[in-house]
Amino acid sequence: MDTPDLNYAGSNKSRPPPANTVGIIGWIRSNLLGGPVNTCLTLISCYILWLIVPPLLDWTIFNADFTGDSGRECTTEGACWAWLDQRIYQFLYGFYPPDSYWRVNLAIILLLPALAYVLFDKLPFSRQGRWFSLTYPFLATFLLIGGIGLEGITTDKFGGFMLNLVAGISGIVLSLPIGILLALGRRSKLPAIRILSVSFIEFIRGVPLITLLFVAVIILQLFLPPNVTLDQLVRVMIMITLFASAYMAEVIRGGLQAIPNGQYEAGKAMGLSYWQSMRLIILPQALKISIPGIVNTFIGLFKDTTLVIIIGLFDILGQARVLQTNPDWMGKVDYETFLIAAIFFFIVCFSISRYSINLEKRLDTDHD
Amino acid sequence: MKNKFLVAIVASATIALAACDGGIDPKAAKDKESSVTNAGTLDDVKKRGHLNCGINTGLPGFAYTDDKGNWQGFDVAFCQALAAAVLGDPSKVKYKNLTGKTRFPTLASGEIDVLSRNTTWTLQRDVELGFTFLGVNYYDGQGFIGRKSLGVKSAKELDGASVCIQTGTTTELNLADFFRANNIKYEPVPIETNSEARAGYLAERCDVYTTDASGLAATKSTFKDADKHMVFPEIISKEPLGPLVRQGDDQWADIGRWVLNALIVGEELGITKANVATMSSGTKNPEINRLLGTEGSIAKWLGLDPKWAMRAISANGNYAEIFEKYIGKNTPLGLARGQNALYNKGGILYAPPVR
Repeated sequence: MDTPDLNYAGSNKSRPPPANTVGIIGWIRSNLLGGPVNTCLTLISCYILWLIVPPLLDWTIFNADFTGDSGRECTTEGACWAWLDQRIYQFLYGFYPPDSYWRVNLAIILLLPALAYVLFDKLPFSRQGRWFSLTYPFLATFLLIGGIGLEGITTDKFGGFMLNLVAGISGIVLSLPIGILLALGRRSKLPAIRILSVSFIEFIRGVPLITLLFVAVIILQLFLPPNVTLDQLVRVMIMITLFASAYMAEVIRGGLQAIPNGQYEAGKAMGLSYWQSMRLIILPQALKISIPGIVNTFIGLFKDTTLVIIIGLFDILGQARVLQTNPDWMGKVDYETFLIAAIFFFIVCFSISRYSINLEKRLDTDHD
Repeated sequence: MKNKFLVAIVASATIALAACDGGIDPKAAKDKESSVTNAGTLDDVKKRGHLNCGINTGLPGFAYTDDKGNWQGFDVAFCQALAAAVLGDPSKVKYKNLTGKTRFPTLASGEIDVLSRNTTWTLQRDVELGFTFLGVNYYDGQGFIGRKSLGVKSAKELDGASVCIQTGTTTELNLADFFRANNIKYEPVPIETNSEARAGYLAERCDVYTTDASGLAATKSTFKDADKHMVFPEIISKEPLGPLVRQGDDQWADIGRWVLNALIVGEELGITKANVATMSSGTKNPEINRLLGTEGSIAKWLGLDPKWAMRAISANGNYAEIFEKYIGKNTPLGLARGQNALYNKGGILYAPPVR
C-alpha cells in the first residue's frame, strides 16, 4: 500500500509576498497607514511634529548665540549658549579644584570596567575583573577625597554632574542589597526581624524624602555629641539610600511572592538551608522578574540626588540655578541651563533603562 | 547567572563599607567640636584658620558664582571683610549655601559663625530664635510688580489678584498683613526661588509678583519688554537686611558689628580700597587714625590687632565701593543708593562714632 505523500505542499513553489507588504513601503503601510484611524493619527502626529520641531531647532541652534562674555551679548531670539565654554566645567565638576579634575576623570574612566565586570558576562579576565570591581569603591573614594599622597579635597567641593554620579551610583549599589535583606526580613518567620523590617519600610515609605533629609541635615546635628560629626554629603547619601532601599524591598517582595510555593518546597526537599535555597533557587528568579521595578527605583533614586541642594551643595541642577542668578547671565539662560541638565540626566537614565532591557532579554529562559 | 547576582551583592556590600569609611571627615569633626560652644567664637575661628559663613544659594548681586566658581556679591563681601579683619585674609572663608528654610537651624547649630544672607531683622528672629543682628547693610522694603495691561495703578486696587510669592520669607507674612489691613482678597501662588517666581510671573501664572524692592528692580531689568511692566508705588514693609550671629558671644558679635560699621565709616571718611594702605600709616584726621590703628586702642578692646579695619576695607573697599561693585548703578541690577545712602547724603545709613 502506498503511503500518502505527506510532502504534497512541497511541490508548490511558494511565491514571494506582494511587493507592497515588505520593505519600507510595507512597513509604512502596515504601521502608519493601516486603516482610517491609524492614518488620522499619523497625520495628526506629523502636524504636531511640524509645529514643534522647526521652532525648537531654530531656538536651540539656528537662531542661537554661541559667543559672548555675558547675557547682554545674546541678542537674538534664540537660545543663549555663550556661557557654555566657561561654565561647563562647573556643571560637570562643581567647585572641585580644576587642577584635580583628572582625579574625577580617572575615577569615571575606571568606573566603566568596574561596572562592566559586574554587569556583563563573557568578558576576558573576568576573575581579575571582579576583584577590580570589588576594590573600585575604595579606589574611587581615595581618588575623590584624597589622602595618602593626594591632596585632600573635602566633600563640600563636590558638585555638578559628578556629584549626581557619586551620590546616585553609591545609592544604587547600596540600596539593592539592603532592599533584598529588608524584603527577606519582611517575609521572615522570626517575629523580631519581621516587625523591624516592616516598621522600617512603612516608616520610610510614609515620610516624604525631603523631610528625612531635613532631619539628617539639621536635626541630627543637635543630637550628636559635639565631637562626633558625619560629613553632610554622607548623611544625605545615607538618607537617599535608605529611602530607595525601602521602595526596593517592596519591589523585591513582589518578586518573591510571584515565585510559586513549589520552588520553596523544592529547596527544602533538596535539604538546602534557608540561605542556600534563597541564594540558589528563590532570589535568582525573584530578582529576574523584579528587574523593571528595580530599575524604576534606581532611576528615581538617581533623580532624587538633585535634592543635595538642601545641604548647600550644587549638583548640576544647582549649578544651573546659580548661573541664573549671576548678574551677567540673569534672565537670559533660564531654559538653556535646565536643558543642559536635562540632557545629562536623560543620557544616564536612558542608559540604565536600556541596560535593564538587555538584561531582561539575556536572563529570559522562556519558561515561567 | 546565579553567580553573577552574588557578585553584584557582595560588591554592593563592600561599597557600603567604603562609603562609611571614607565619609567621616575628621577635620569637619574638629570644626564642629569647637564651634558648638557659644563663647569663644573668635578663638575657634582663629584656631580653625577659616571663617564659616552662611550665604544665599544664589541671589543676583548678593551671592552668585563667577566663571571660576568663586562666590561673589554684596552679602559675600561682608564675609570676606570679616575674614580679612579676623584672619588677615579675605579668601579664608568657607561658604555654606543656605535656603530660606535651612539658614536659621544651621546658624543655631553652630555650623556657621555668621549668617550673611539678606536676612530681615525682626523682633522674633532677634529675641525668640536667639540671634544677634550686627546691624543693617541694606535697607529694603517689599513692593509689587505687575503688568501695565492690568490697568491697576496702586497695590490697593489688587482685589482678587493672584500673587507670586517666595515661601518661608517675611514677604509672605507682610503680604497677608497688607491685604488684611486693606480688606482685599488675593490668591497666593507660592514659589520656592526667585528665578522660579520670575519665570512664573512671565508665564502669567500670577498677576503680580511681590518681593523686596531690590529684587523687583533686578528682576525687571531682565525683562525683554520691561516697559510693559510697572513697580507699584506702595512699599508695604520695612526690610532691614543685615548679617547676624548666635546670641551669647558678645565679643564675636562686637567684632562683626564693628567690621560692618568700619565699612560704613570708611565711606564717610573717604577711606577707599586704593588709599587705605597709605592712610593706615597715619593721617591728620584722628578718627581715621583711630579706625586704622595708628592712634588709640580700639583694636585691643575688640581683641584684634590694630590693622583689622585696614584689612577689612582693603578686601573689597568701603561700603560705597562694595555697593557699586555688586549692585550699584553700573551693574545689571542698577540699584540706586536711595535709603542706603549715608545719613548726610539723603539716606539713613548711619554708623556710630569710632572712639
